[in-house]
Amino acid sequence: MRASSQGALKKPSVIPGFGLALGFTLAYLSLIVLIPLAALVLKTASLGWPEFWRIATDPRTIAALKVSFGISFAAAAINAVFGLIVAWVLVRYEFPGRKLLDAFIDLPFALPTAVAGIALTALYAPNGWIGELVKPFGIKIAYTPIGILIALTFIGLPFIVRTVQPVLEDLDREVEEAAATLGARRFQTFRKVILPALLPALLTGFALALARAIGEYGSVIFIAGNIPFVSEIAPLLIVIKLTEFNYPAATAIASIMLAISFVLLLVINLLQAWSRRGLSNG
Amino acid sequence: MADVALVPPVGAPRRREVISEGLFVRVVLIAIAVALLGIFLLLPLVSVFYEAFRTGFGPYWAALGEKDALAAIRLTLLVAAIAVPANLVFGVAAAWAIAKFDFKGKSFLITLIDLPFSVSPVTSGLIYVLLFGAQGFFGPWLQSQGIQIIFAVPGIVLATIFVTFPFVARELIPLMQEQGTTDEEAAISLGAGGWQTFFRVTLPNVKWALLYGVLLGNARAMGEFGAVAVVSGKIRGQTNTMPLHVEILYNEYMAVAAFAVASLLAMLALITLGLKTFLEWRFSGEIAAIRR
Repeated sequence: MRASSQGALKKPSVIPGFGLALGFTLAYLSLIVLIPLAALVLKTASLGWPEFWRIATDPRTIAALKVSFGISFAAAAINAVFGLIVAWVLVRYEFPGRKLLDAFIDLPFALPTAVAGIALTALYAPNGWIGELVKPFGIKIAYTPIGILIALTFIGLPFIVRTVQPVLEDLDREVEEAAATLGARRFQTFRKVILPALLPALLTGFALALARAIGEYGSVIFIAGNIPFVSEIAPLLIVIKLTEFNYPAATAIASIMLAISFVLLLVINLLQAWSRRGLSNG
Repeated sequence: MADVALVPPVGAPRRREVISEGLFVRVVLIAIAVALLGIFLLLPLVSVFYEAFRTGFGPYWAALGEKDALAAIRLTLLVAAIAVPANLVFGVAAAWAIAKFDFKGKSFLITLIDLPFSVSPVTSGLIYVLLFGAQGFFGPWLQSQGIQIIFAVPGIVLATIFVTFPFVARELIPLMQEQGTTDEEAAISLGAGGWQTFFRVTLPNVKWALLYGVLLGNARAMGEFGAVAVVSGKIRGQTNTMPLHVEILYNEYMAVAAFAVASLLAMLALITLGLKTFLEWRFSGEIAAIRR
């Protein structure tokens, strides 16, 4: 364990505590994260392929995954547009209350999801402040898939704003000036110069919001109505299977979602690498 | 060329106009942003307090003073008091190993540390049920020893540690990497011991980033719902945390009581946001590596 034998794995250093710090880190990481996640994988593997496939292709499972995915995607898309506007306004314009608004963006991160869930339900229910407004038009929000969309948009907004904001702040404004000098109109400059520079950050934010929305539980279940095949999300289906003591089904669905999260995590890492490269070039 | 002669040579204002939008567009965009955030973020927050105080102060206080509500508040505080320091110690150790030394597999380790953020809260609870539940891997053995983890406080603590796992580490690692190792090397060459160096040199350098991570981790620990819902069993007065108590009251149509407990959590969120903004404003340089 001396420096000579470690040489290949670790560069020598005069600072002490490497063994203790790394040892503790790896032990804690294994106990809290890796072993429990391995238990999920192991349990899924023990189901056997036919059983796993039966659960995965069960119409109710597929419906729940479709609801989770489709609405998460829509929410992330809405957030990409509005998040960009909010980030733009916060970075580029001066107006009274800007700082307060900026601080408020993180509310969905700080507000417990159950609180967000019942608050949104109270607002969008037929007798709520907003639900009452749209009722005359025959629109129902709470207890329908639109309610899920509202909740997932709420929790996803900060992801887009917070990934776009720093990139927008660092953007070199002389490029915009050059575009203007060359005769580009403002919207042209935005579309052809600014937007391409923001694209990696925007996509990263989109993927982060999507990943969060797919796994979201607390803020959705109150407003969703939770009707199977209509407004039942995949995390809720896991909980339902658990309360029925149907552990194989809960495990299989959780594994599918975990696999999806890993793919998204990979995409996010690639996007962030792209985003950093873009910055250093520009 | 003719234009140039007609336009008076004004400096800054003219320049700004070229690379900004017209007044109308600016006003419209600001209006959209303010309206959006008002309806989408502020209104839900206002409605929590409105619903909580709907029938006046009396029922509000009664709901908070109720026996099960107090038990839920105590349990939430207890769980956070265990989970947050545990992840604090882990975060410091991980950041020390990753930022102060060069070794193979470092970026993979960082990815693993961030892993819990990309796992659904429900799955975060489920994995402990699979390990320690009655039908789990260690279930029969735990039962024979008379130890209960699932549907008891230890399970809630474990699930909470899992979901708040990366908070401190992810604030400290980039900052300590940016700060490098020169300060520590100087201290050690002057004869300071390892712990002395850590407490007198490293810790003061990162204290605000540490506090920042603790603040955000604590908010999540006290507010976690999905992961805790799976492992808790929701036994009133025993394994009910505040968010779970909110759910139970709400499902029993006790809206005022549910929103009263929820208002405490909303206040926690507001305090967290306030302190977070203060730290970013006052010590932006010392938590610099975090975002901007």
